[in-house]
Amino acid sequence: MWNELLLTLQDANTQWVLFGSILLGVASGVLGSFALLRKQSLIGDAMAHAALPGICLAFLLYGTKSIGWFLVGAALSGLLATYFIQAIINHSRIKEDTAIGLVLSVFFGFGIVLLTKIAQSKNGNQSGLDDFIFGQAASLVGSDVKVISSVAIVLLIITFLLFKELKLFTFDRQFAKGIGLPTGFINALLMTLIVSAVVIGLQAVGVILMAAMLITPAIAARYWTDRLDRMVIVAGTIGALSGILGTILSSMASNLPTGPVIVLAATVIFIISLVFAPNRGLVSKGLKLYRLRKRVARETVLQTMYDLAEEASISNQSMLFTRDQLLTRRRMATRMLDKNLHRLSREGLLNQTDGKWGLTAPGAKAAYEVTFNNRLFEIYTMYEMRFAYLQLAANDAWEYYEIPSHTLNELMELMAVHEHTPQLDPAHFAKGEKYYIANLESNDSNKRKREVKSS
Amino acid sequence: MNPVKVSNVTVAYDRKPVLQEITFDMPEGKLIGVVGPNGAGKSTLIKAILGLIPTASGTVDIYGKPYKSQRKLVGYVPQRGSVDWDFPTNALDVVLMGRYGHIGWFRRPGKKDTAIALQALDKVGMKEYASRQISQLSGGQQQRVFLARALAQDATVYFMDEPFVGVDAATEKAIISLLNELKAQGKTVLVVHHDLQTVKEYFDWTLLLNKRKIALGPTEEVFTIDNLQKTYGGRLSFLDTQLDPSHVVQS
Ligand SMILES: Nc1ncnc2c1ncn2[C@@H]1O[C@H](COP(=O)(O)OP(=O)(O)O)[C@@H](O)[C@H]1O
Ligand SMILES: [Mg+2]
Repeated sequence: MWNELLLTLQDANTQWVLFGSILLGVASGVLGSFALLRKQSLIGDAMAHAALPGICLAFLLYGTKSIGWFLVGAALSGLLATYFIQAIINHSRIKEDTAIGLVLSVFFGFGIVLLTKIAQSKNGNQSGLDDFIFGQAASLVGSDVKVISSVAIVLLIITFLLFKELKLFTFDRQFAKGIGLPTGFINALLMTLIVSAVVIGLQAVGVILMAAMLITPAIAARYWTDRLDRMVIVAGTIGALSGILGTILSSMASNLPTGPVIVLAATVIFIISLVFAPNRGLVSKGLKLYRLRKRVARETVLQTMYDLAEEASISNQSMLFTRDQLLTRRRMATRMLDKNLHRLSREGLLNQTDGKWGLTAPGAKAAYEVTFNNRLFEIYTMYEMRFAYLQLAANDAWEYYEIPSHTLNELMELMAVHEHTPQLDPAHFAKGEKYYIANLESNDSNKRKREVKSS
Repeated sequence: MNPVKVSNVTVAYDRKPVLQEITFDMPEGKLIGVVGPNGAGKSTLIKAILGLIPTASGTVDIYGKPYKSQRKLVGYVPQRGSVDWDFPTNALDVVLMGRYGHIGWFRRPGKKDTAIALQALDKVGMKEYASRQISQLSGGQQQRVFLARALAQDATVYFMDEPFVGVDAATEKAIISLLNELKAQGKTVLVVHHDLQTVKEYFDWTLLLNKRKIALGPTEEVFTIDNLQKTYGGRLSFLDTQLDPSHVVQS
């Protein structure tokens, strides 16, 4: 198999085709990003399907296969289709998606009729028009590749030069117009760029799947980044990879159309992104959720132990508590409680005696930390706007030791005002002085914490 | 010279007139509130002034010249809902867009533009959020980013469409103190406002609008029950229950 691959790659024509597919992939990934963000994925589909009659007519008029004329024909019938779509939206109550579907099927149907007609004619067999349905990269000859690559390079250069304008236009058209960008022109330009990217891909990918080739790399790229410039680069890379894979696989198996293989490759990359992308991917999200749940459950039990101990120490009662006491103090699932009680006792944070649970010395320390952290967070949420500068994302974990010391002091003062300060000092608690009420001022464990913060 | 002079402006969508023969002069260095019921054409008025939509008739002058030649003097804060906040970009990037009009074609924003944008973010208390993806911001924070973008435009006249809608109390205060700061610098700000309770407190001048100009003048002269009745018409019973009389000028 590797020999076969090497042989394929050494073939000069394959190298050309590969070069073309790479540029094609980059161009459709880059412009697909804009199509996706403008919510115009359907337009790409309409364009591709509507191009078919244009290609056929170009063949009928010109007489032989000519990539240049095919592109012209495809672009013209694509634009005509857009015009019809706009006209239908403007002059009837039909909505955009319906209008696109309508025009797309009429144009495509007409294209198939013409294609059948050509196939029945004398020189139909060597027309190579069938390749336009599912795409056949191997059918690209040197001159085709030259045209396709030049167009792709021009598209990329224009996108690079006007990146700033295209970005603003795509994000906020009104504002763009307000500062004097000719939005009508930019709209037409962007449409032309997208249509061109679609049209140059038709022979290699085919009219049916070209829209997928345009959009799939962009959707996949969106998973990996939150910045447009990076998204465009990632989408271009994914497009190029799909192009390479599709071309090589389909040139190794005879009669395997390129389009489906390229799109399949892009789809596989999309699925990998959907599942494995950091932050946005399913695995990452699932893991985060799992860790958060586990942590919250553990902390809930610890904090409930602390709350009970705090209350008990004030009223001078036993510091050992039954399962039921815990459940009464804070509602939680019994299974989760049992699981965490045992986990905590394995960790040496809890002790069980006669069916009652108590905090060990390290347990008291951990429970104090957890309680301090969570109560501080409650204070933070009460004064959220005042502390907005902390720049906490809604899903970031709250850790008091990541907070700047002056803010921590401010929060601790507010915590005292609201009588929310944990009263039970773990240092004395651990020494068996169960009934000691923490005094913030003379509390050296707290001071230590604050010093750690400021360093 | 008046910063904005609107003469006889009429706007129609699909032949349905939305604004009719609007004529007014905006005074310089004032905070001007625009009030009127939903669909009164408040947003349309701003868009017409900024040339974002075609007008059926009439002219708009910014400091005596057509808007086209005065763009750099004008800052714009669109309604927050007018863009897709899931767009892959961060707060600083959005604010930098305010500089695009000064940068010109093909060139990328430079150090100076970034400094101005960061300063604008700082002014609205959002400096720490510069690199935050915009979908991760609260509604009030998104509004502040839009405001910062307008500040980065470094304009003399500002148009803001409902900047107070859906923001928290702290953001509302921050916006108001920013507006007053702009006024202190001699800038003119026109703000579409939906909360009649705060008009008297916030704005020097008020424009009452409902397809036509009902009144424009110093708030203490025009913000009267009488004018509100003309503006809100049949919806007045709603007004009666909503509006504490102390918030309205008694005539
Ligand atoms: N793009 C549009 N096409 C057609 N009608 C519109 C469009 N935008 C606004 N309108 C209509 O114009 C009127 C004024 O709208 P708008 O200026 O948004 O009002 P306001 O901002 O005061 O709520 C409304 O009746 C609205 O339905
Ligand atoms: Mg409006």
